[in-house]
Amino acid sequence: MSQNRRDFLKTFAAIGTTAATLTAVTPNIAKGSSRRELSIDRKGVLVDTTVCIGCGKCEWACKTAHNMEAGNFDDYSSQLTDGSQRRPSENALTVVNQIDTSIMNSDKVKLQCMHCDHPACESACIVSAITKQENGAVTWDTDKCIGCRYCMVACPFQIPAFEYQKALDPKIVKCDFCYDRTKEGKLPACVEICPVGALTYGTREELLIEAKRRISKDPDKYFDHVFGEYEVGGTSWLYLAENNLVNKVFPKLGTNTAPGVSESIQHGLFAYFVPPVALYALLGGVMWLSKNKDKNEGGH
Amino acid sequence: MEHAFKPEQMTKKYFTPWVIVLSAIALNGLGFLAMRFFFGIGSVTNLNNQFPWGIWIGLDVAAGVALAAGGFTTAALGHIMHRDKYETIIRPALLTAMLGYTFVAMGVFVDIGRWYYIWHPLVMWNGNSALFEVGICVMIYVSVLYIEFLPIVTERFIGKVNLPGFLKKFNLLVDGLLRKLDRGLEKTMFIFIIAGVVLSCLHQSSLGTLMIIAGPKMHPLWQTPVLPLLFLLSAFSVGFPMVIMESISASKSFGLKPELDVLSSLAKFVAPLLGIYLAFKIGDMFIRETFVYLAEFNSTTIMFTLEVVVGVIIPLRMFLSAAVRNSTTGLYIASLLVIFGIVMNRFNNFITAYNPPYAVESYFPSFGEISVTLGFVAMEILIYRLFVKIFPIISLPIKNAGLKAKYAIRGGLK
Repeated sequence: MSQNRRDFLKTFAAIGTTAATLTAVTPNIAKGSSRRELSIDRKGVLVDTTVCIGCGKCEWACKTAHNMEAGNFDDYSSQLTDGSQRRPSENALTVVNQIDTSIMNSDKVKLQCMHCDHPACESACIVSAITKQENGAVTWDTDKCIGCRYCMVACPFQIPAFEYQKALDPKIVKCDFCYDRTKEGKLPACVEICPVGALTYGTREELLIEAKRRISKDPDKYFDHVFGEYEVGGTSWLYLAENNLVNKVFPKLGTNTAPGVSESIQHGLFAYFVPPVALYALLGGVMWLSKNKDKNEGGH
Repeated sequence: MEHAFKPEQMTKKYFTPWVIVLSAIALNGLGFLAMRFFFGIGSVTNLNNQFPWGIWIGLDVAAGVALAAGGFTTAALGHIMHRDKYETIIRPALLTAMLGYTFVAMGVFVDIGRWYYIWHPLVMWNGNSALFEVGICVMIYVSVLYIEFLPIVTERFIGKVNLPGFLKKFNLLVDGLLRKLDRGLEKTMFIFIIAGVVLSCLHQSSLGTLMIIAGPKMHPLWQTPVLPLLFLLSAFSVGFPMVIMESISASKSFGLKPELDVLSSLAKFVAPLLGIYLAFKIGDMFIRETFVYLAEFNSTTIMFTLEVVVGVIIPLRMFLSAAVRNSTTGLYIASLLVIFGIVMNRFNNFITAYNPPYAVESYFPSFGEISVTLGFVAMEILIYRLFVKIFPIISLPIKNAGLKAKYAIRGGLK
């Protein structure tokens, strides 16, 4: 090594200045989005599985609204009775399953993206292609997505799907809460078509009050729990059912926000770039000292 | 101890039967890669909506990054702590790291669905995302590795520039530019060397943060908030075994005498590093009381046991023994076991541990996926072999000793 001490100090000063600048301009990036204020008027849907008749019209309406191959309007109800537990996929943003087909009128559960209040997919996305909108919808941006599928790894409900068969422009596919329709003041397609009123659209706050009202009015009919009120920090879609849906329909999840400790660790490691800069300074110090030690020992 | 070494170009011929075999493996991988680009990821892989990540992420990327740790660990030892004895291993380790990371980037490139948007993370940021951190760090680190390699290129060509045909008249000009570049690099190289170590520490640990967000989808034997620390410690401990393994392999392949003196000294660092890693891994297991899962006997617990016993405890014991450290075979086997352990660890974290709630059947890599992964490994070895023939990477003892060789930080002989 041939540069002298002055060079070394000069460079370190330059690095220090750069780091200070970085720190000054980055608080917005370093701040966790999960700590962002959620709009009090954000919307949600209350799914009353005891009302659902399993006609599957919501599946048809969803596909039609999203320009997907929808097929025959009348073919949907038969899919329920075969007992298969289907999952939302790249071909269907929502599906309705009857949990236990051996019991005639047992709970039928509509599945789609839950639109978490603190979405793990949004936190995970490498390019911020996923956004929790002010109205509660969690949407995906085709112009940003690189197709890494980390959102699929992160989602606790295993919702996002991917078009594996496409060589070009494969998409991450999931329910977008009919973001384009609700912007125009229309109802989400599934809510609009539901013939029995199993789906109620409103602000999340109102829906929670309504859900609890239904439970207290008819405690024998409902399992005393609104799924989605606290799960993974709260979801926009809320479920009422005759039985406990946990483990049968939904995985057992805690009440911590979906990104969990991942964000705290991430921000801990990068707290305003202090740890990396400190490590840099430390290594620089070691490098300089060990070099001088060499010199004192006669250059080795 | 006063052997003088000088990096030289290898002169042995390139093609051997093994090179032909490796070329076949590489071509097979390329075939499946072509399929992936023409017909989509689904046509080659067993990935689906339940298992979005397979071995292209678990092995090519995660294990690839870990195994390239030899680059920054030897840089820290040789350049930052100035242990001049280890200068001879820095160039081979640097080359492995450079190629390793290049192939990590390739792994990402083929795995992401929209490969033409791979530059997006540079301009579309998400500071909350561990993957973003890994992506940015790896991109910068690859650049740093290329810069660290430049002095070897200048050393190779300064005074030997010989352009073909009419370009001949530019020989002097190019030579001058190279000399200028060389001088500039010599002055600033320490910035890149320290940056390389810092960047490595950052993304090696952030790679561990990646799977934390999967939460309960990940088996408790692996899912822990200290994953970043475990990833960093395991990267520290695999760095030197990787260098030892390569050095011995290269010596065998080029008919050289392994530098047992240097490698044995280097091996002394391995046991403490592995020990610290093991202590944290076992400690974490006891704090979270996850050892209860080991009472079950299934593929998951077998994989965990293999990873820890065969991949950490046995090589740890081996590296503690002076007899093993002083024998080429002992060193080779022990190093391979450490490498096995870390590869298993990354595989387990990203694949074995991942249990999505609605999985219909478990994931097993397809023939195409395995072909591509093996193809990348084969290509890496082939390019390595090519590079050590083109550039002065591997050190040979200087015949007429007496002249005391010492490498400067830019790697040249002073």
